[in-house]
Amino acid sequence: MRHGRRLFVFTFLVPPLALYAVFVLSPYLQAFQISLTNWRGLSPTYEYVGPENFTRLLHDHYVWNALKNNAIILVALPIITIVLALFFASMLSVGGQSGKAGVRGVRGAAFYRIVYFFPQVLSVAIIGVLWKEVYAPRSGMLNGFLRGIGLDGLAKPWLGDPDLAFWCVLAVMVWSNVGFYVVLFNAAMQSIPREIYEAALLDGAERGETLRKITVPLLWDTIQVAWVYLAILAIDAFAIVQIITEGGPGNSSDVIGLRLYGDAMNESKFGYASAIGVAMFFLTLSIAVVSLRMTRRDRIEL
Amino acid sequence: MNTLTRRGVLQTAAAAGLLATAPAALSACAMGGGDGDTKTEQDDKTNVNPLGVKDDAPLEVVIFNGGFGEDYAKAHEAMYKEKYPKAEIKHSATAEISKTLQPRFVDGSPPDFINNSGAAQIDFNGLVSQNALTDLAPLLDAPSLDVPGKKVRDTLLPGSLLPGTYNGKVFSLNYAYTAYGIWYDEKLLADKGWQYPKTWDEMIALCKTIKAAGLAPWTYQGKHPRYMSWPILSAAAKLAGPEILLAIDNLEPNAWKHEAIKTAADAYSQLAVDGFILPGSEGLDHIQSQTEWSLGKAVFISCGSWLESEQKKVTPPAFRMAIAPTPSLTSGDKLPFAALRGTAGEPYIVPAKAKNANGGMELMRIMLSKKGASDFTKKTSSLTCVAGAEEGVELPPGLTSVTKALKASGDKGFNWVYNSFYRKLERNLVDAACGDLFTKRINAQQFVDACQKGADEIAKDTSITKYKRS
Repeated sequence: MRHGRRLFVFTFLVPPLALYAVFVLSPYLQAFQISLTNWRGLSPTYEYVGPENFTRLLHDHYVWNALKNNAIILVALPIITIVLALFFASMLSVGGQSGKAGVRGVRGAAFYRIVYFFPQVLSVAIIGVLWKEVYAPRSGMLNGFLRGIGLDGLAKPWLGDPDLAFWCVLAVMVWSNVGFYVVLFNAAMQSIPREIYEAALLDGAERGETLRKITVPLLWDTIQVAWVYLAILAIDAFAIVQIITEGGPGNSSDVIGLRLYGDAMNESKFGYASAIGVAMFFLTLSIAVVSLRMTRRDRIEL
Repeated sequence: MNTLTRRGVLQTAAAAGLLATAPAALSACAMGGGDGDTKTEQDDKTNVNPLGVKDDAPLEVVIFNGGFGEDYAKAHEAMYKEKYPKAEIKHSATAEISKTLQPRFVDGSPPDFINNSGAAQIDFNGLVSQNALTDLAPLLDAPSLDVPGKKVRDTLLPGSLLPGTYNGKVFSLNYAYTAYGIWYDEKLLADKGWQYPKTWDEMIALCKTIKAAGLAPWTYQGKHPRYMSWPILSAAAKLAGPEILLAIDNLEPNAWKHEAIKTAADAYSQLAVDGFILPGSEGLDHIQSQTEWSLGKAVFISCGSWLESEQKKVTPPAFRMAIAPTPSLTSGDKLPFAALRGTAGEPYIVPAKAKNANGGMELMRIMLSKKGASDFTKKTSSLTCVAGAEEGVELPPGLTSVTKALKASGDKGFNWVYNSFYRKLERNLVDAACGDLFTKRINAQQFVDACQKGADEIAKDTSITKYKRS
């Protein structure tokens, strides 16, 4: 009987694991091999060049420029997104007017919850194209709005300005992600007993204080997860950048994923691109480990 | 029930994973694959069949589905089929040439004929340096299909083979003949009583008049500012002679720092300095900016002769699109005002490992016949590199002006190819420098320095194969 059950489990596990192995694990493993070659992706011939790709990587200022941008996203995206999402989520679940009985969200909370989630429903490609048009200097909604309310001076060529393009893309990333975390935090907040909030309310705690001293500590696990998710997203950021700016103007909004793609697809340097990929693999791993370590706190049991 | 523990399941899963991975790691490999023997289909070479095409060998054609569409290619394939009724032709068209075909190059089973074009074209430097392409010499030395007594090579417009030539060998056929210049609406200029300027001083004077009339004198393809490197290099070549372009193509030291390029960059940056560029242009992509131009918001734009078909849908009916050469910078320019950058573009290739390489070249020979070429011009409103093939075909206004301009330019025409030798140099490095120049972030001196820095970077990069032309 025991044996039969094993076999049963086994038969169901094999197909998905085989697919995973063929389409995920084996390309990963091959990337390590390719990163040691000078393969250019157009013929089956290649030579092993040892660590040459990696030393080249260290001296490639385009890679460093892209990494710098990733680093900024890595810091800014989680902070902005989590702070905004926490603010929205707590407004939606406990931010209602005090003075009335009980703890509730602001008026129309259900409506906002759906609206915040909208961007999550759209694919990255649609979000990218949408915002590209919003930022268009002459026909775009953003400049149209600014001109409409008389702020002509603030109308800018957004994506055409190397000082602004990167931040424009970052704003889109925050916009498109915040909704998911609002819902995530919201769900987590449902598990916080209402009595705690009510007690805080009776003690005369402000909304900001409640958020800081009750919600955040009790949500810490969820926030930690959000942080790791967003960090992984920040290290990638390929799709949105590729669609909105293609890294321009003049590499000012370049990210490492786009650099990898460009070296592989445009310059057909697959060996070098794989080396970037392998370097990123280790970087991502270390960041995940470090961020989990850094945010480790004592769990509060309810 | 206690047998199905969490640990038990995980152990089973791990074991299953290992078993599943092992064969996968052994078999599937991205780089390996068909180094197999690929024999080209070959028949005896005769006078009617100079390339030795095997008449029943299948032919696979992949067309870039871009501005020219794919109908012209189907017509050429029909001509092939007429000649070789037994041959089976497999036609497909895609906008993603690189993604679709790169694995097939690795696999050793590429198609017989590829229109390697568009933003996602396969990098030529990579293709040529890995011997992935067939040398087209047999095709060029074969007799033309319908120009009696001439080799294919001798039916082409001068300079047509240059962009496909790498270290003296022709690896790609650049079929569409493209003129690069400055575009405007003839009707608008006539209505306002303005004249296209022959010198740069006149251009600046006219820009003042245009601005006073409430129009923007210029716009440019903001997010792809390299479009503005074309008039700069053209003006510089006219000022100091086309040798400076040779130096750039061959990555000679300090080629970009030639005084003429600085003078030209300085002249064109004046457009930005004096506010003659449509506000916000730097944030527009090529479609957006060209549409602003088509709608008459800006008077001049730099582009190649694909502009007319690219803008077809948004061009107002009364618009009389016309091309003009760059204005002369000084009265002592080495080349006359009429000199224009003409080049063959739209590359077609026959992979070295094509099963029916001879068939692929034969299809090129059909394209290069007068019949094939004039059919292309009719269907796509674009000239071909076949001399005189457009005669008798009714052309739209823009293309009519292109033929006139090319005729006026005659043997004074010039060209450069560093962009196809080293894609990145134009598409990233010079592009970025142009972006900065036309948003007034840098001046002409810094512009040439930035371009030179980019060229030096390419020259130093040992992973990029270098080419020379003469």
